[in-house]
Formats: sequence, C-alpha cells, structure tokens
Amino acid sequence: MTDPVATQIEDKFTYQASSEPGTVDMMVNMGPQHPATHGVFRMELRVDGEQIQDVVPHIGYLHRGSEKLCEHELYSQIITLFDRFDYVSNFNNELVIVSAVEKLMGVEPPPRAELIRIIMCEFNRIASHLLFYGTFAIDMGAITPVLYNFRDREKIQSLFESVSGARMMHNYFRVGGVKEDVKDDFTSRALALCDELERGVDETDKLLTENEIFVERTTGIGVISGEDALDWGLSGPVLRASGVPYDVRVDEPYSRYSELDFGIPVGSAGDCWDRFYLRILEARESLSIIRQAMALLEPGDTMAQIRRIARPPAGEVYAHCENPRGDLGVYIVSDGGERPYRLKVRPPSFCNLQALKDLTVGHYIADAVVILGTLDIVLGEVDR
Amino acid sequence: MSFIEVVFAIAGLFGLFTGLAVAVLSLTWMERKTLARIQQRAGPSVVGPHGLLQPVADAMKLATKEDMIPNYADKLLFWMAPIFVAVPAFMIWIAIPFGDNLAVRVLDLGLLYLVAISGIGVVGLLMGGWASSSRYSMLGGLRAAAQLVSYEIPIVIVILSIAVLVQSLSLDAVIGGNTISIGDDTRDLPGQGAIPFAFIMPMGLLIFLIAGLAELGRTPFDIHHAESEVVGGPFVEYSGAHWAVFFLAEYLNTFVISALIVILFFGGWSWPAPPESLFGNDLSSTATNLIGGAWLMIKTYLVAIGIFWIRGTYPRLRIDQLMAFAWQVLIPLSFVNLVLIAIVLFYDWPLWVMTAVSLPIILGVGIAVQRRRGARGRPQTVRILRRSAGEIGVPMPPASTPVTDQVQAGG
Amino acid sequence: MTTEGSSNPPAKRREPEVPQAAVALPPEGIALAALLPEALADHGVEVGAAIDEVVCTVPADRLIDVCRLLKDEPSLKFEYLRLLTVVDYVEQVGEFEVVYHLFSLANHHKMVVKTRTAERRPSVPSVTSVWRGADWYEREMHDLFGVTFEGHHNLSPLVLPDDFDGFPGRKSYPLNDYEEW
Repeated sequence: MTDPVATQIEDKFTYQASSEPGTVDMMVNMGPQHPATHGVFRMELRVDGEQIQDVVPHIGYLHRGSEKLCEHELYSQIITLFDRFDYVSNFNNELVIVSAVEKLMGVEPPPRAELIRIIMCEFNRIASHLLFYGTFAIDMGAITPVLYNFRDREKIQSLFESVSGARMMHNYFRVGGVKEDVKDDFTSRALALCDELERGVDETDKLLTENEIFVERTTGIGVISGEDALDWGLSGPVLRASGVPYDVRVDEPYSRYSELDFGIPVGSAGDCWDRFYLRILEARESLSIIRQAMALLEPGDTMAQIRRIARPPAGEVYAHCENPRGDLGVYIVSDGGERPYRLKVRPPSFCNLQALKDLTVGHYIADAVVILGTLDIVLGEVDR
Repeated sequence: MSFIEVVFAIAGLFGLFTGLAVAVLSLTWMERKTLARIQQRAGPSVVGPHGLLQPVADAMKLATKEDMIPNYADKLLFWMAPIFVAVPAFMIWIAIPFGDNLAVRVLDLGLLYLVAISGIGVVGLLMGGWASSSRYSMLGGLRAAAQLVSYEIPIVIVILSIAVLVQSLSLDAVIGGNTISIGDDTRDLPGQGAIPFAFIMPMGLLIFLIAGLAELGRTPFDIHHAESEVVGGPFVEYSGAHWAVFFLAEYLNTFVISALIVILFFGGWSWPAPPESLFGNDLSSTATNLIGGAWLMIKTYLVAIGIFWIRGTYPRLRIDQLMAFAWQVLIPLSFVNLVLIAIVLFYDWPLWVMTAVSLPIILGVGIAVQRRRGARGRPQTVRILRRSAGEIGVPMPPASTPVTDQVQAGG
Repeated sequence: MTTEGSSNPPAKRREPEVPQAAVALPPEGIALAALLPEALADHGVEVGAAIDEVVCTVPADRLIDVCRLLKDEPSLKFEYLRLLTVVDYVEQVGEFEVVYHLFSLANHHKMVVKTRTAERRPSVPSVTSVWRGADWYEREMHDLFGVTFEGHHNLSPLVLPDDFDGFPGRKSYPLNDYEEW
C-alpha cells in the first residue's frame, strides 16, 4: 500500500491493529474545517471501516484568554466579553456575570428589571434551541428545517433589537438592573411572538420528531447513563436526557424563577433522541415562562441605585444560571477593586464535550456527527 | 450501415448532447427553485428573468475556475474518474425512446443495455475516491461502491419483471406492447398506451423509485457525498471543470432515472393520450413525435420535481440501515414481484390480479418496517417533571440506569 | 459562623479599609457547616464560609482522601464537580490556590474545597479518579498556570498550541507586549 498521506501521518500516530488480521485502522481527521463540527472543533477519529474505535477531541482554536482579559476590565466592561462566550445565547451569559457581581455586592435589582431579564433569557433560550434543531437536522442530512427555524429566530432577534439595540451582542443587562426600560409596544409584540414561536416549534416537532428515518438515526445512539453523566459533570439538556432532573432554575432558583411555575423535561434513555426532544419540550416550557412573566410585569424602576462603576467588596462568589446548553457559572475573586482579581467561567459546552469519547466509541462516523450535534456545543464558550 | 444512417446517427448524437446539456441546466435551476419554495426562500432570482440564466452563470464560473489536483493524488486516475462517471450517463440516453421508433439507436435489447451501462458509473466514483488521496473521498468512494452495487440488484430484478410482462427486452415493446406467438397460440401482450404498468405493478414502481434514489445518491440515500459526514465524498478534492463534469453526470443520472420511471411505469411518450388518439392517424410523423416527446419530457420533469421534493424533506440514512434496507426489504420484495408476474402470466390470469396482490404486500411490508422495533412512532422516553423551587432531594435514576433497547451499533 | 473564613489573601495587599463581603449562609449551608468538621475530623481541614458557600481548606496531601470521602459519604454525597480552577496568589503569599466547587444533588448541598501549592513546582494530586469531569479542567489549568496534577493520565496542551511557551494565566504573564507567534 503506497498511500503517501498515510506514510506521512504514520510518524505521528501509531497505527493500531484492527480486529481483523493484516489490516490497520484508519485515522480520519474531522475538523477544524468540517461542516459538522459547529465551528473550529477538531476530532481525530480512529476508524475500523466505518466504525469508530477511538476519538481524540482537540479544542483551543478559538482560545482568546478571555478570563485573563476579564481581570483587566471593569465589571461593566466584562459584560461585553460574556456576550461573546456563548454567542447564540448572549442574554443568558450576561445574566450570569451581572448576578454574580450583584451577589457579591449584595444588590437587589428592581423586580421589573428581574422580569425583563427572565423574559429576555427565555426568548434567548428558544432562539438557541431553534438554532440547535436546524443545525442538528442538517447534521442528519435534512436541509429544510434550518430555514424554518432561522425564520423564527430572526423574529426573536428583531425583538431583541427593539429592546437592546443589538441583534446579538446586546450588552443590555447591567449590574443592578437593565440598561433601559423596554419600549411601549413590547408587551403586545412579545405576546404575539410567543404565539408565532409556538407554531414554529410545533412545525419543527412535526417535521422531525416523527420522521421514521429521524427516529431510526437517533434512538439508542450516544447513550450515557445518569451516573456517568454526573461523573463527567455534564449539565443542561444533555444531563437531563439521562434522567437527572438537575436544572439550576429550580435547584438554586435565581432571579424570580421561584415565582414562576414551569416543568423540567427529563429523559430516561439518555440517547440522541431524548436530547433532541427534550429541547423541543424545553422551548415550550420557556414560552409558558415568558407568558407568566409578562403577566407579572408591572411598571417600575429598571435600575437599582448603585455606583456607576461597580466596586464590590473583597470576597469570592460563585453564581450560576441555566444556560440553553447547561449550567453556566462564574467564579469571581474580588480584592475590593474595580476589576476582579480572578474570574473563571464554568462553560457548560466545555464539560459536555468531555464525554464525547464515551458517547461515540463503537458507533459509526455518521453517528459521531449526530452525537456531536446533540451535545450542541458553541466553540466560543468551549475555548473562551 | 449506409452513409445516410451514419449522418443521422451523428446528428442524433449531437442533438442529444445539446439537449441533455440544456436539460441539466434546467434541472439545476428547477432543483434550486423547488428547494427554495419548500424552504420559503426565493431561490435564484438575479441572473435573468426568475434567475433562469443562473445555471449558465454557474457553468461559466465552474469552467473558468482553477482546476486543482492534490499533490499526493494519483493523477491519471484523478483525471479519468469524471470521464468514467459522465460518459455512461450520456450513453444511456442513446437507447431512450422519445417517440414511436424514435431513439438515437433503437435497440432490441434496450433494457439489457440500460442495466449494463448504468453499472459503470460506480467505477468512476471509486476511482475518484481512491485517487484523491483524501480520507473523506476514500470513505465516500467505498460507500458509493457498496451502496450502488447493492441497489443495482432490485433495479435489475424490477426491469426483469417488466421484461417478463411484455416478453421482450425492447423499450419500444414496453411502451407500445408486443405480440408473441408460441406455436399456434398468438397472444397480444399489453403496452402502456391504455394502462400504464404503474397500475399493474405498483410494487415494482415503488422498488424502482426507492432503489433509483439510492442509485443516484440522493436524499435519503446521499451517504456517499454526505456533506456533514464525508464532506463531499469522492468529489471533495475536485474543483472547476472536473467537478462540473461530476455534477453534470449526477443530474443526467437524475434525469435518466426519472425518464426510466416514466418509460417503464407511466407509458413513456404514449400515456395518458397517444398522439393518434388526439389528432387521428392522419397526423404527420414529425408532429406525432413532437407530441410524444413532449409527453415524455413533461412526465420526466414531474418525476424529477418529486425527487427534488424528497431531497427537501428527508434526513439521510446511515450506511448500515441503508444496506439492511436493500438486502432485507428491497431485494426480497423485487423477487416477489418477479415471481408474482410470472405466475399471473403463466396461468393467464387477468392483470388486475397482480395489482390486487401487490397492494396488500406493500402495505404489510410498510407496517412491518415501521413496527420493527416494537409498535412506536415516537419513543416515549421524555416526560415533564414538575418540582417546587429549591426542593431538596433530586429524584435520581436507579443505580444501574436501565437504558431502553440499546441498538448495537456494530451491525 | 463568623466572617473569618472569608478573609482573603488579596485583602492583605490593599489598604486596610477594604470592605469584606458579608457572609449569609442559607439553611442548608449552615447544616453542612455543622456536619463537615465531624465528617472530616482527621484530615486537617479548616471549615469557613464565603458569602453563601461553605469553604473548606485541605492540605494538598489529603486532597484525594477528602474528595473521595465527600463523594462517597451518604450524608455528603458530592457527586457533581461544578468547577475546578486555580487562583494565583504568588504576589501575596507565593502560592497557588486550587479551588473545587462541589454540588450534591441528593442533599442539595454546595461547597468549596480549596488547597494550596507552592509557587515553585506547583503540584496537587489529580481528582480525575474521583470525578472524571475534572479531566479537561485540570488540563486547562495545567496549560494556563503550570500546575501539575499528579496522577492525571494525559496533561498534554488542551487550549494552548503545542509549542506555547509560558503560563498565560499567571499574574506574572503580561496581558500584552509579548511575542504571540
């Protein structure tokens, strides 16, 4: 066999004997430029025919040292950096950093601001899940759902634009409240949008979940048990699909989530189908949260009376919120200055991605793509 | 062969080549427009009216692009692969009848010729996959080989059933009917002018359509150039004109499968109304042929739109599911179809018996495929849990989490 | 519960009037803080508090024992490792602090485990044998701070290029003015 590429790579990877005598396993390098790796993620697959024997994930292509950068920025400037971690659920990220600083300072934002935050975060959760359905369908070879989902996501983004002035990198939440109150037509717009989104999610549900090929491709693929999932530190839909009903919104209620009534979708098979369908149900729960929060919304202040430049007391704090991808946390060590002494993010995608090897080995190459799709990683957050 | 015949053959080939090039351009435009409509987009709309000139612009772009060959590629095979794929795609059209006795060459063994030629393309895919010296294209080439060879079998068996029905391997007989005599017994076998074979052999049509999709490598069987898995499969290293030739062949094959479905099951140029029945027998032969050709083209384009529609709808199968479907479902079914038609003809039963038997079989197999893993459409594994906020003691799954029927990946 | 546990080394660097964050443990936290000294009696553990978390400081050589106990003891059962990080206190006390944030789903407890290691050849035992999820955290921290996690199966660079020189997470590493490529 004179495969020049093979001989080149042979120095780097030791070939391992495959199950059949006289053959070697093939290394397939997926990424960092690959349509299915959702950004700049690379995995080295060792395959025996089509079957995966080993996976070595490589991350860090997007590493910007954001945590180090945060140590050199004012607290209000850090919010903009958090927007850029998980760039498809920006509001959820902003909420984490502002609630951490508020916790450190002992500041209570006004109730109206809290509700606006919740509404924005839940809309953002739906937007993020919509993106997931679409890209996941593309991973499976269905090219149509993504356009339907983008159509709906577009509507959410125009709502965001009317509220915060930006479609993606909002920088809208502030320590102690939100930047400004919502516009007058916000309530009617948001409620109308809820109805549209409900239709959109139902449409995706109809298009994909009952499709025979879809069910065939996802059930029993990438199974992880609840105990293993906890051991790996997985969170969010990936953990809940394995039967562990851990949701920060309920387990450690922050903001005003304890006043709202909502269910947590929990799977039991821990496979790709559960992880997908759970997100459909979650989007519906988010809609119900938004409607309840809209009903509670009363006029009032949207910003607490605090110093313009936050100067929290010395101490350390860990605050976390339920991101669309899981439990996003931030650990801040403050020395009493205007800038944090140390800031560390707990990125849910990063933790979820760790379990990739456990999930994929033994499956086919096509399944690796599906499994990676259901982990729903955002590389901006994995690498930071 | 007289001089005139040679001239006609060359003129026919030239016309065919031009016509097919135009057909491919129109098909790419149609596919993009169909998909766009399905996806609530506008599709190509800038170049020419309704974007009609978009394919021309695309072709010019592809022709002028740099044609790159990877350093480690096997250059000879790399160059030859597109030719191996494209030439058979053109050659099939020589035998396709556009009207009564109207083809570039009217072949008595037309069906055999179709089957023989359509098998060559896979060699080109395999060559391209190997020669590119890329892991993706290699995987894609091997996938193509496995898939195309498997799905060739049901196609051949279905074509054989048609041949049994008309007792001839000529495509003209398939459309116009055939008269055979065994001893003193002369029997008129049906053509499709009155009743298309789709109604006699619904099972054959279904098998041919599904296997045809697989043969084309179209959704849901597009695993050999699955974008999200092997990026572009055998084509991943090709660019410019070489890639355009692969592309051309792919659309030609789509067109040929659509045309074959029309010819074998929907009466080709004669159904739903043969030209004679419309305008009487005093019509000039040119007009007859034009009307027949138009019928064929209209129906072919409709079938092609159906294929594009499927592309906009379904996710793709995995390789083991794809192979299992071919060997466990389609091939046995195609043999059942063959045996059934033979029995019906042997005992001289009326042909609707064939239809009556086929329909329940299709239904039964459909239900069996659906229920293979127990009766369920969607798995009932996700439930909504309501917990009060901050409740202590998260209900955990049992210690050794039983996982619902875990499909073993290693087939 | 006093505020002693929340006194941090960085406070020493600043002027004495720096305000300290108030400790306000939730009921579960108070119960846990009462439980811990007994459960971890012979491991040389100091138990304190920071805002709403119970903090316990462990000597590096007892870390694995303590972590295993925290995970396996039914009344504690910290089966979820939320976060693992390193804080650089080299300027103040010449030490790195390794911080583990734990959560128990069964008992709804949360706590922070801290351990310290010297600036020269910083090294703490790896907890990957206790929580597999610590794997990438430890690799990342090894990249950024140069802290070696003894017993980790593979500490190859995760977020940095293979040939990167230096430990960019440390305070001594400049934010800019360095050769990037």
